[in-house]
Amino acid sequence: MLARPGLPSFEYVQAANAAEVHSLMQQSGARLMMGGTDLFPQMREGVCEPETIVDVKHVPGMRDLSYDERLGLNIGAAVTMNQLVRHRDVQAHYPILAQAAHSVASYQLRNRATIGGNVCNASPCADTSPAVMVLEGVMVLQAKGAERNAPAADFVTGPGQTAIEPGEFLAAIRLPAPPAGAVGRYLKLGRSRLGDLSIVGVAVLGYPDPAAASGYRFRIALGSVAPIPLRAPAAEEILAANTPSEETFAAAAEEAMGVATPITDVRAGATYQKMMVRALTIRALRDVWAELAPGKGA
Amino acid sequence: MHTITVTINGAAEYLAVRSNMTLLQMLREELGLTGTKNGCEAGECGACTVLLDGEPVNACMVLAVESDGHQVITVEGLAEGDELAPLQESFIELNAVQCGFCTPGMLTSAHALLQRHPKPTEDEIEEAVLGNLCRCTGYVRIVDAIRDAAGSSASASGKGGAR
Ligand SMILES: Cc1cc2nc3c(=O)[nH]c(=O)nc-3n(C[C@H](O)[C@H](O)[C@H](O)COP(=O)(O)OP(=O)(O)OC[C@H]3O[C@@H](n4cnc5c(N)ncnc54)[C@H](O)[C@@H]3O)c2cc1C
Ligand code: FES
Ligand code: FES
Repeated sequence: MLARPGLPSFEYVQAANAAEVHSLMQQSGARLMMGGTDLFPQMREGVCEPETIVDVKHVPGMRDLSYDERLGLNIGAAVTMNQLVRHRDVQAHYPILAQAAHSVASYQLRNRATIGGNVCNASPCADTSPAVMVLEGVMVLQAKGAERNAPAADFVTGPGQTAIEPGEFLAAIRLPAPPAGAVGRYLKLGRSRLGDLSIVGVAVLGYPDPAAASGYRFRIALGSVAPIPLRAPAAEEILAANTPSEETFAAAAEEAMGVATPITDVRAGATYQKMMVRALTIRALRDVWAELAPGKGA
Repeated sequence: MHTITVTINGAAEYLAVRSNMTLLQMLREELGLTGTKNGCEAGECGACTVLLDGEPVNACMVLAVESDGHQVITVEGLAEGDELAPLQESFIELNAVQCGFCTPGMLTSAHALLQRHPKPTEDEIEEAVLGNLCRCTGYVRIVDAIRDAAGSSASASGKGGAR
């Protein structure tokens, strides 16, 4: 076998702090990097050819992961998938995020793959995006001397495109404290049971809410089935208005299927993907409901 | 070029590396440590798995310069001199090796697993080697060997109790 050509040439620079990131970003052909697990394959395929790679994972705060009952979870952009999977507070208060992070690639890769890289790469099949969306996360974008919050809901604007403006980088993701009594599920369909890019990803978060007609609210987000990850508002309305039951779940799943606009590609056909949105939405709703109201049936 | 200091299998190495050199290229081409294999150079196969500060990573997805100041353990570092590690003995004994191409990555992944979980569950074993593809053995013997090593290392140190 012939040796692979390896990575094209570039200059590697490690940024020690935010000020260095900002000045290095000004150089033409500069590209930010954390785990490199999206960037390196793109470079090997010639999709992008950075002249300078700016490693930002050592900037202070980028690896911090901390929880506060009132403020919620602060996730530095360079926190790895394995850090999330293992963290006690993530397991206790945001298990849906731990599930999503755990579904990414392999154990080895999860030691390198970061949540910030996952959302910034803005692939429709990024596994943490639907979970961050139902948890109503906020992206902390750091410009020179200024910080701005962008809601996760409209952070990804197209395949590979985000709301990040020139001169900004993602410093952290903040998740508010989850609603009291919330239960979440992330279900992912890949070609194999584990460790493959998702063909369909469905995140469901349910919680009691006396203000809702049904007594509960559910948030639903879908990955891999449109150019960007999506919430399914019509499905969420059905669930807030109608008593949870198999019929309600089926009607909501039908609406979720309606917002999906997948395209046929090498990994799955569009019709199959749509049907799997419906199937996984029902499955996730049942799972969440069983834990939310044990013994109530559906 | 970057001048780096990295501890490889316990010994300090001083190297000059290009920015675009991967840890995999550094190990194989600069240091002649060809135990670590190049299967895909895309993070998919796990044949290049090494331990960076004790945790498994795909060496094809890490830059050599990123290892500056860190500890790397490759398959060559698992044995104690001529004495194979219990894990290696188990792989041989239970026929968990056929062509051997995946074996170095399997061993490094499994070694790290046994450090984190000396008594791993089936799920933990599966999780640990899911990123290591084997095209020969069908995995059953590999999982058996890891389980066996977990038992034998525990009894060797006298802490395992009854199995
Ligand atoms: C074999 C394999 C399997 C995979 N399986 C999955 C999977 O199952 N699910 C999944 O979701 N993903 C998967 N991925 C994709 C990838 O591993 C993840 O998206 C990962 O989380 C990316 O994080 P990173 O730190 O490696 O990103 P990097 O590659 O370092 O960066 C990703 C992008 O973000 C930009 N960027 C980096 N840091 C910042 C910053 N601070 N601010 C703004 N922009 C920034 C980079 O320029 C780049 O465009 C897989 C990849 C491989 C190679
Ligand atoms: S060579 Fe690194 S994962 Fe295949
Ligand atoms: S023994 Fe041949 S690939 Fe595993």
